[in-house]
Amino acid sequence: MTYKILIADDEPNILISLEFLMKREGFDVHIARDGIEALDAITGQRPDLVLLDVMMPGKTGFEVCQEVRAQDALKDVRILMLTAKGRDTDIAKGLALGADAYMTKPFSTRELVQKVRAMLEPAA
Amino acid sequence: MLSAPLLVGASFAYLLMLFAVAWYGDRRARQGRSIIGNAWVYALSMAVYCTAWTYFGSVGRASTSGVWFLPIYLGPTLAMIVAWMVVRKMIRITRTYRLTSIADFIASRYGKSPTLAGMVTLITVVGIVPYIALQLKAVASGYAVLTTLPGEAVAAAGPWWGDSTLYVALTLAGFAMVFGTRHLDTTERHEGMVAAIAFESVVKLVAFLSVGLFVSYSMFDGLGDLFARALAHPELRPLLALEQGRPFTYEQWFALTVLSMMSVLFLPRQFQVMVVENVDERHLRRAAWVFPLYLLLINLFVLPIALGGLLHFGPGNTDAEAFVLSLPLANGQPALALFAFIGGLSAATGMVIVETIAVSTMVCNDLVMPLLLRTRRFGARAGGDLTRLLLLIRRTAIVGIMFLGYAYFHIAGEAYALVSIGLISFAAITQFAPAALGGMYWKGGTREGAMAGLAAGFALWAWTLMLPSIAKSGWMDTGFITHGPWGTTLLRPEQLFGLTGLDNLTHSLFWSLLANITAYVAISLWRTPSAREISQALLFVDVFERTASSGPVFWRGRAQVSDLQPLIARFLGEARSQSLFEAYARDAGVARIDQIKPDAQLVQFAETQLAGAIGSASARVMVASVVEEEALGLDDVMRILEEASQLRAYSHALEDKSRSLERATAELRAANDQLKSLDRLKDDFMSSVTHELRTPLTSIRALSELMVDDPKMDGQQRQHFLGIIVSETERLSRLVNQVLDMAKIESGQAEWHNSEVDLRALIVKALDTTREMFRERGARVELHAPEHLPALRADPDRLTQVMLNLLANAGKFVPRGTGHVEVRVRSDARGVTVDVHDNGPGVPAEERALVFERFRQGGHGVNRPAGTGLGLPISRQIIEHFGGRMWLEPDPGQGACFSFNLPWNTQKNPPAPAEAGGGDTP
Amino acid sequence: MRTCAAARNPLERAPSMTAHLHHQRLAALFAAALLLFNFPLLALWDRELTVFGVPLFPAALFFVWGVLIALLAWSMERTQR
Repeated sequence: MTYKILIADDEPNILISLEFLMKREGFDVHIARDGIEALDAITGQRPDLVLLDVMMPGKTGFEVCQEVRAQDALKDVRILMLTAKGRDTDIAKGLALGADAYMTKPFSTRELVQKVRAMLEPAA
Repeated sequence: MLSAPLLVGASFAYLLMLFAVAWYGDRRARQGRSIIGNAWVYALSMAVYCTAWTYFGSVGRASTSGVWFLPIYLGPTLAMIVAWMVVRKMIRITRTYRLTSIADFIASRYGKSPTLAGMVTLITVVGIVPYIALQLKAVASGYAVLTTLPGEAVAAAGPWWGDSTLYVALTLAGFAMVFGTRHLDTTERHEGMVAAIAFESVVKLVAFLSVGLFVSYSMFDGLGDLFARALAHPELRPLLALEQGRPFTYEQWFALTVLSMMSVLFLPRQFQVMVVENVDERHLRRAAWVFPLYLLLINLFVLPIALGGLLHFGPGNTDAEAFVLSLPLANGQPALALFAFIGGLSAATGMVIVETIAVSTMVCNDLVMPLLLRTRRFGARAGGDLTRLLLLIRRTAIVGIMFLGYAYFHIAGEAYALVSIGLISFAAITQFAPAALGGMYWKGGTREGAMAGLAAGFALWAWTLMLPSIAKSGWMDTGFITHGPWGTTLLRPEQLFGLTGLDNLTHSLFWSLLANITAYVAISLWRTPSAREISQALLFVDVFERTASSGPVFWRGRAQVSDLQPLIARFLGEARSQSLFEAYARDAGVARIDQIKPDAQLVQFAETQLAGAIGSASARVMVASVVEEEALGLDDVMRILEEASQLRAYSHALEDKSRSLERATAELRAANDQLKSLDRLKDDFMSSVTHELRTPLTSIRALSELMVDDPKMDGQQRQHFLGIIVSETERLSRLVNQVLDMAKIESGQAEWHNSEVDLRALIVKALDTTREMFRERGARVELHAPEHLPALRADPDRLTQVMLNLLANAGKFVPRGTGHVEVRVRSDARGVTVDVHDNGPGVPAEERALVFERFRQGGHGVNRPAGTGLGLPISRQIIEHFGGRMWLEPDPGQGACFSFNLPWNTQKNPPAPAEAGGGDTP
Repeated sequence: MRTCAAARNPLERAPSMTAHLHHQRLAALFAAALLLFNFPLLALWDRELTVFGVPLFPAALFFVWGVLIALLAWSMERTQR
């Protein structure tokens, strides 16, 4: 089966690169440009995994993460947080709110793909 | 006429009402919700000055000599003008040293002398007895007027048991006992009594004013009519002028003013309500003018009532003192007459109650107690609770004083008018003035001086005023008045040493005060005071400079708590003594009473507490008998004073130190807080910069890796990615430049190349630069600027940077195709203002405050325009560097309007690095 | 107030300065009252005139008295803090 992946980021150029990367890896890719769009997409599309940017207008990645984890129906959605803020406290906060993994920008595309696969494989 | 039972019944009902007020006042005081803690109540209680003498006597006086009733009320007004200086000092002294009466006040000042206290008390008793007699006489004759048929002579005096005055005296004595000595608490204050007196003052004022209004406006056709008729009457006309057939006696007028001025300060009842019962010194501010106003009001209708009575009953009517009662009665207003009688009764009752309570306290503390305490049975080493004994003595004293008043009334009362009796008392009380006022302001006054002055003044008062008054009533041979004692004409009491031309009151006042002051000053100067006198003088005169807690304590010796506590208990009761010592222990910071350090401070505390109950002189004797004291010499007093003032200086210095330390601490804390917040800002700034740098890097890295991984990538796709990489790189370099720029400006290291700037040309150039961008977006740009603008002194490159930034900003937000940007330049005397107004979406209200903060970019997501979020903050810093201001118009209509303003005088702002920073920067 | 600033502790000095002024004001009022109610100013009012039907002399006495009380009230209540 093809995994469904949602990419949520407000930087258009990052979206372009990530969309290209994930499509190349054969995933079913959906896109959200802010926090509210992202939350709608998660509840509507039920993606297997979300690449979630932290600094987004509307709702921050942290808020989206928290609300997703609050809904029992969405407990299978895996969340990989992406942030340009590399402080330890930010990482700790994301994990505490229920993110499954965390990567700081800029990231290596290879590592990102590996991580995404690693997060999806055990469930398969 | 009114029936006797009605009159008696109404009187008793009124007295019971007074009692209810007093009971309520006491109850509230016990609950801690005092009703006398009020400046108005205080002022009204001072109106106890207005007695039956005022109520009945003034009208009598006015009916024979016109305005001559007035000096008795002008004097108190004068006294009240200086009350803030004099009375406040009396209050402070009395409060600080817990004095109980005028006798205590004078005795305490002169070394707590029991002899002096006794002397003052004796003079008071002798002087005040006629005054009490006056009240009895007023009530008794008022009663007679109301219960006798018009025209019928007042019934001749019957047997003593039928004498209404005796019953009046007994009733008033009973009430005084109930009011003043009801409690076992023998401390000096009586809240319920004060409440009753204030109430009583209202009643007598309203009653008197009612009669006045009735006479003026019901019997006569207003004041104009009344005075017109009086002026038309040859016998009454002189009453309304200065001279009444004989030259105006200014000296007597002056003497009466001085007399009443002193009396209002030193009469025992005035001292009681004004000084002892004062709750708060600040109440004096209001009372000082309300009390004179009360006096003015109660005197307002004295002349109209007197004239009305004379017009109604015919001139020459000798019973003018009863006009207040007889006028309403004769005009068919028995109810008003009854009310007027209640008012008069009220005036008499108030006076008698307060006066007897005050005098009985003096008699008990300063006459009886010193004698009793010398005896073996009640002496210092004897035990036993004496609180009941104190009450008994006071009650007996009240009855005794009333009896003396009654006796005087029978001896001299019938022969004299009310006013003359009152003046005799006033003259006696005035004898206290030199010792009391001198004691408050002159440290040199001594005990012997005060005693000599009082003795001389009192003797001359008795000889020149008191004895003649008794003699003239027929109880003594008047030969000594006309021929002098033993035929010595020089010693004739009313022409002493041949001094003639003065009326007998002025004559007496002159000789007695002259002798009094001379003896006081001369003996004081002649004799050296004792150490105790000196110390008390210092405590009195400088009372405002020290408080009880920080003042020097002139005592040295050894004391024990176990001796002092039982002593206090004997006079104040076991429970009160216990709570007083517990409170002292708490203040001293020890847990138990037996841990109290028995030092001078404790002895002083015990003595002061005791003074509140038995007077300072007796308290001194009592305390001295249970502690071992060392006699202090003059040098010791001076040394203790010196130590105290040094201590005070030290504590001042210490306070200053601790204040400046506190200030320094606060400054340090503020600096630390500022540093912390700066640190936080810097942290935030770094985090923001990092974020802004990483975002373009993310795209660049991701896209590059994608291209590396896939060398066979479609050419168009590759071209697209490379385009993104180039633009993201540009974004990075722009960001780096602006961050550096910002840092330079904020740290003051930016270089400013100032020159004369033509702002219009500069803006035109900036518009040229951005023309291509606007054309691309299909936006129209308009410039409205005056042709000629004065030159500005600024850095043209920096101003261009600001303009370009604002224009680029506007360009980013205008709608594509229909964009419209307007640049307006306005100049006035102070400077020039530039607006850049676009027709874009505008700035939402919640973001307005943030637009000038770093890394806050308008818009978001895909429609976020390119920019670093540093343009506006940098622009604002530049404008502020030139002394101007940049802001976002709060309500520009459509779109957003950024404005900045530059003052003309920018050349006066040298580009000093120190002030280059905006202020709120890391 | 410049002299206050020179004093050791301006906070303590300032009220005492105003208090001083207050005392002087009262003393002046006292002197005025004493003069107005005695020889020879008292005789000035002894005229054959009436004010609203009231003879001038008693009317003037009460009026002057009232004015003094008003001034006293003003002076006392003004400084109340």
